Amino acid sequence: MNNLWRFINKYSALFLFTIFFIFSIVLIIRNNDFQRVSTLNTSNEWIGKFYTQVNNITKYIQLDEVNKQLVAENTLLRNQLKNAYFDDSLVLNTVNDTINRVQYQYISAEVVNKSVNARNNYITINRGSKHGIKKGMGVVCPTGVVGIVWNVSPDFASIQSVLHEDTKITSSIEGTPYFGPLLWDGENPNVATLADIPNQINLKKGTKISTSGLSVTFPKGIAVGKVLKAGVKGGGSFLSVTVQLATNFYALQYVYVIKNTFAPEQQNLENLNKKPTDE
Amino acid sequence: MNKIIVYNFLRFFILVFVQVVLLKNITMYNLNIPFLYILFIFLLPFKTPKFFLFFLSFTIGLGVDVFSNTLGLHAAACTLIAFLRILYISITVQNESQETIITPNLSTMGFRWFFIYTLLLTFTHHFCLYLFEVFDVNTAFNLFSKVLLTTTLTLFLVFITELLFYKKQGNG
Repeated sequence: MNNLWRFINKYSALFLFTIFFIFSIVLIIRNNDFQRVSTLNTSNEWIGKFYTQVNNITKYIQLDEVNKQLVAENTLLRNQLKNAYFDDSLVLNTVNDTINRVQYQYISAEVVNKSVNARNNYITINRGSKHGIKKGMGVVCPTGVVGIVWNVSPDFASIQSVLHEDTKITSSIEGTPYFGPLLWDGENPNVATLADIPNQINLKKGTKISTSGLSVTFPKGIAVGKVLKAGVKGGGSFLSVTVQLATNFYALQYVYVIKNTFAPEQQNLENLNKKPTDE
Repeated sequence: MNKIIVYNFLRFFILVFVQVVLLKNITMYNLNIPFLYILFIFLLPFKTPKFFLFFLSFTIGLGVDVFSNTLGLHAAACTLIAFLRILYISITVQNESQETIITPNLSTMGFRWFFIYTLLLTFTHHFCLYLFEVFDVNTAFNLFSKVLLTTTLTLFLVFITELLFYKKQGNG
């Protein structure tokens, strides 16, 4: 017993190291598990509040860039206003619209914390479950897609941004019916890759890429980016297209969370397809 | 003795604050983030009990983790350098000097010792950090360049900080 105690004492540093190191590794592995809702991240109430305070000070620095984006968006919206068009009809009718129902609702939010340079990047916003935000909703900004809601607390939500290993947003090339997942290789925060595009099509630099509308997360036609380069990788029958992202993640300040009111219905229907049909 | 505890206590909070509020934003200039907070582990007194050394390193790592959504990542890297610190000090520093010198820093240990000490620990820390973050051997070259660049940045900041407090910290 005495010898054992002396042995442990002699190599205490090694034992302590092993204990703490294994504990850290367990934390890393548990945290990577997407399903596990952990409170020790930036969607945590206290840390969210802390970053809100910091952000209140630093947002003035980016005011210029944000203003430019807002002006551009206002111009776009004003162009769509009814009074921007010449009205040549003689009779004005009030139509109770029973054909078009609202499918997408936008909830505006402010970015309180973000990362850009890590392998997997997250953004924290100041809207949470109180404001109707749920896990899996899409997030966009005035210029393009941002990511997908990851964890939600009452007042905050953290977003898994496009700059993340596990984010695969289905995007299509405008003017063609082809679509594929948008992947990020972890190097340049302005550039991503669009995979699984058949190589018979001829792509020009600058062709626009937007969301496909094939998932419940994003409506069709939200800007993703522009084609930078298209090349065949590894001799396969698919092109991998290098995409210049439309979103500037460095200057991100205000975002919109998209609520698809038809999502539960569509998901329920699609889940039925996975079950075997009983005769 | 109390003074040393207070100094280290303050240093802990100041460095974590600087890390999560200021240095995190260096990404805006498309540079890698330097991790100045490990200076806290470098400057812990020689006679810190081993358990306490590991515990503090783990805690400061976890503190930074919580603010950057990487639970366990910094904690693992910090635990590793705490172990390396014990090995390095037991090999290079005599027991007598450990009795007379309280804190290992630039003014007490001299440039050469401190440089090798910080270089070794910083490099190991960053290497461990990026290795666990990427977990992909294919990007080994990219990883290596990233580690070297960030090590340079962190060391630069460590030495600037040390030179700022050069005279003051002879005993603290």
